[in-house]
Amino acid sequence: MLRFFHQLGSPKHFYRIAGRWIPWLAAACAALMLIGLYQGMVVAPPDYQQGDSYRIMFIHVPSAWMSLFIYIVMAVAGAIGLIWHMKLAEVIAISSAPIGASFTFLALVTGSIWGKPMWGAWWVWDARLTSELILLFLYLGVMALYSAVEDKRTAARATAILAIVGVVNIPIIHYSVEWWNTLHQGPTVTKFGAPSIDLRMLIPLLLMAVAFKLFYAMVVLMRARVEVLQRERNAQWVRELVDIS
Amino acid sequence: MNTPSLSRAFALLLWRDLLLAYRRRTEMINPLLFFVLVTTLFPLGIGADPALLREVAPGIIWVAALLAAMLSLDSVFRSDFEDGSLEQFLISAQPLSILVLAKVVAHWLITGLPLLIVAPLLGLLLDLPAASISTLLVTLALGTPVLSMIGAIGVALTVGLHRGGVILSLLVLPLYIPVLIFAANAVESAGAGLPIVAHLSLLTALLVLSMSLSPLATAAALKISLS
Amino acid sequence: MTGTGAKFCLEASGLGCVRDDRSLFEDLSFRLSSGQVLLLEGRNGSGKTSLLRLLCGMRQPDAGEIRWDGEDIFRLGPDYHTHIAYVGHKDGVKHDLTAFENLKLARGLAAPNLDTSIEDALRQVELWGFDDVAARNLSAGQQRRLALARLLVTRANLWILDEPFTSLDSRGIAIVEALFSNHVAHGGMLAVTSHHQVQLGDAETIRIDLSS
Repeated sequence: MLRFFHQLGSPKHFYRIAGRWIPWLAAACAALMLIGLYQGMVVAPPDYQQGDSYRIMFIHVPSAWMSLFIYIVMAVAGAIGLIWHMKLAEVIAISSAPIGASFTFLALVTGSIWGKPMWGAWWVWDARLTSELILLFLYLGVMALYSAVEDKRTAARATAILAIVGVVNIPIIHYSVEWWNTLHQGPTVTKFGAPSIDLRMLIPLLLMAVAFKLFYAMVVLMRARVEVLQRERNAQWVRELVDIS
Repeated sequence: MNTPSLSRAFALLLWRDLLLAYRRRTEMINPLLFFVLVTTLFPLGIGADPALLREVAPGIIWVAALLAAMLSLDSVFRSDFEDGSLEQFLISAQPLSILVLAKVVAHWLITGLPLLIVAPLLGLLLDLPAASISTLLVTLALGTPVLSMIGAIGVALTVGLHRGGVILSLLVLPLYIPVLIFAANAVESAGAGLPIVAHLSLLTALLVLSMSLSPLATAAALKISLS
Repeated sequence: MTGTGAKFCLEASGLGCVRDDRSLFEDLSFRLSSGQVLLLEGRNGSGKTSLLRLLCGMRQPDAGEIRWDGEDIFRLGPDYHTHIAYVGHKDGVKHDLTAFENLKLARGLAAPNLDTSIEDALRQVELWGFDDVAARNLSAGQQRRLALARLLVTRANLWILDEPFTSLDSRGIAIVEALFSNHVAHGGMLAVTSHHQVQLGDAETIRIDLSS
């Protein structure tokens, strides 16, 4: 078992092992997503307040969860890469950033769509959406810093510091935005009326949450493999790989 | 092995930076002018209705202070990076985080403290009530050091980069948002006669947190940027 | 100047350095003791500066270890830095400070040499008389000598120098070579890269060519 982890740490073995996992993750993710969407769009009953328009929640809420989850993973992986000099941890961290940013963007778009029928406008500076917007900027900052530094080892370590600083600040930012929002309450109620949770609504929500996690796992492995090839491009095993194909 | 005491090294570096700023003292004016200029842009942009201006003044002045702080951030490590002094800090017998703290304190004295001197003038321009102006000064006194501390981390991460200044804004402005929210709201509440203890406590907490943690993060970032 | 009579040893084993995903050198090992000189040679870009920066503890090696008296330098941290002094490509001199002020600061950041005053140090590099001149008004060669004067106000055993003779005229080179010889003769250590032929008398020299 220990040998397995040790092997996983080596870029060459990671490339091979990850390549085997990806098809399984894809299949499981697709299956769960289909079931989850079916449950959410068809089986779950209409909300007594919002009718059918609440159904976008099944995409919005898991996206928002993922946006935060991935940032934490990115910060932890970055910290591991910094402390133990694990190249693979650095690769996972930077491969996660665009995925996290995409989920954040998805959460913003679906949140805006969800809010339109309620608020009458595409955006009303709701506390949670505003926090998501700031989170998007934090992700973009990480991505911008990484691409600006030429030496990729240095880039990975610098973005790890940035991600850790970000993760410490996220609760502070979230709290301050909540605070700000309660003070500047507009005439309309801007909270997302979370529908009273019926079990038939909870199940698709959790299914989608797991499906999104599998999606993340699959895509991060795919991106990580590409990043590994890029960083190890002068190594023997990469040359052999390219010669074969 | 008697290395010079930590406090002596701190004082020496602080003295050095203040002396250097004094020898280039005409440059100290620039962030102040920027502060005033940005503030005057708002009435030009949104109209000179006194009631409206009074209402948005706390936010305007604080946003202008944020931008002025950001503009002057680059100078904290730029000159030392270019002439090789920064490398010497990295291999100094003194812990880097203490040297960083000295530099950031000096930087605040040079770029942050002057904002407090100009702020009452801006309060007058936007017709802020007296209670608001005094609160504005308190929030600036508590908040601008936080801006310097957090900003230093961003500068440390981008100091070696070509055109690092553009990325610096992207990295640092989201982290400035809590300070903006608590400070601007404190000034607004003071104007309305509401209690501001909560706001000031939160700002103080941010100050304490940033003073203790950001020198460490900045030192780590410098070591990475200069490796 | 050390003159303490203590013996020190810098040992590198299996050092490797990767820059921009390219390996500069790998499996490099050497041992540098008191009274010895390490001379690094090689083309531009062969990794000489990177190796010196590894020895300073400014960058972690991608492989291998560096030990000072048996202890890993990264574990020693600032304690290791009390033993070294570094002059790199850039002088590390503030142009708005005078020569005297520059050395005063350098001394405050390092383990100070209490036997050598700032005046002594400036005299030894023949800059006394310019002590109250702002560094920007010194010539390039004088600024370089000021940077090297920094070595004299610290108690560092190991001097790490990247192209120290840049900008120096023949007089400057002679002064500096004398300083180096003196340092090594008193039990100090030197790690140098130089395009110029370094004349250090009969000091024991270890040569490493990074181009090979």
